[in-house]
Amino acid sequence: MASIIGCVMTSHVPAIGNAIAKGRQAEPYWKEWFDGFKPVHRWLATAKPDVAVVVYNDHGLNFFLDKLPTFAIGAAVEYKTADEGWNIPTVLPFTGDPAMSWHVINSVVAEDFDVTMCQEMVVDHAVCNPMQLLWPGGEPWPVRIVPVEINTVQFPLPSAARCYRLGQAIGRAIASYPADARVLVIGTGGLSHQLDGERAGFINKEFDAAFMASLTADPSWVTRYSTLELVERTGSQGIELILWLTARAALGAGSGVSGVHEVAATYHVPISNTAAGMMLLEPTG
Amino acid sequence: MTTTSQPIPGTTIFDGDQAQKGYALNKMCMSFNDAANRAEFQRDEEAYCARYGLTAAQREAVRHRNVLELIAAGGNIYYLAKFAGIFGLDVQDIGAQQTGVSKAEFTGRLLAEGR
Repeated sequence: MASIIGCVMTSHVPAIGNAIAKGRQAEPYWKEWFDGFKPVHRWLATAKPDVAVVVYNDHGLNFFLDKLPTFAIGAAVEYKTADEGWNIPTVLPFTGDPAMSWHVINSVVAEDFDVTMCQEMVVDHAVCNPMQLLWPGGEPWPVRIVPVEINTVQFPLPSAARCYRLGQAIGRAIASYPADARVLVIGTGGLSHQLDGERAGFINKEFDAAFMASLTADPSWVTRYSTLELVERTGSQGIELILWLTARAALGAGSGVSGVHEVAATYHVPISNTAAGMMLLEPTG
Repeated sequence: MTTTSQPIPGTTIFDGDQAQKGYALNKMCMSFNDAANRAEFQRDEEAYCARYGLTAAQREAVRHRNVLELIAAGGNIYYLAKFAGIFGLDVQDIGAQQTGVSKAEFTGRLLAEGR
């Protein structure tokens, strides 16, 4: 039987990929951020996941406004990355897990989440950078991936509450997968930031702190906010927190007092134009 | 139909209205994922914009390399970032331009947030 062994949520900004490609991890600007992943690397060395379910948002690489799904799940044999317009360094392709992808698709559609099914999909920095943070120099990648893509480009976006329920459904799907697999759920993006408009550069440390704190004991806390309320509090792109939330919801409540144990967390301002955050949670029960 | 019920200062919600208005511009920017298209744009900007049927306002905003004008013309920042990339502009350059400060000042504000 498959089981979820943990949930990592991390920022994915393109600048991280550039810093890795240029070997800048030890420079003062970057050191604190990259050092924050050392406990994650130690944990991964013993946890040894086989599969990563990666909840992310496409930034105009695979999807355009001609046909833009709210939720899409990859079911490809392999996922390549590609130029996003800035000659960003590319990484080796990711191996897919079509059997698990189709199981997740079948399960969540049976729960009325009508996802777009993708047998071909290119993945952007929102997948590649978190994978490089988790497994530096890890190519060829030690896990197969199941990408779960959520629209954060074109409004209306799915609400936080809807994403939370999708995450719970993904958690149930993994738990009911008949084959053995150790599954790590990854949510990417955030935290507070805004790239566009006169409010560019907006960051909200207080809200980020409250959100991160909620993810251990009270993970549905943020579902009380509408999408616009979240944009107001976290910035136009801070809304990417719904990707963290979906991943966190997949982990479930566990059976302990808070249900989950925080293995590692870091929060650093700024990385590029963002408040960057990372959390690694594992189930206690 | 718009999804925006309340304005957030300095923020344009990329809703159905914006997506319709900006379609040609965003489609052109999407094409810049391909290095050959970026080169083609730089070789003959006028012809490239004409091929995508940009509106007059979009063409002006492209000519001005002005992000706020591009957003007003329906541009979405994720696609506009690909346009900015042609000129080697990063998100701090874009942020500085939109907030009317130098790049050093914009970056300084972000660093100050971290203290």
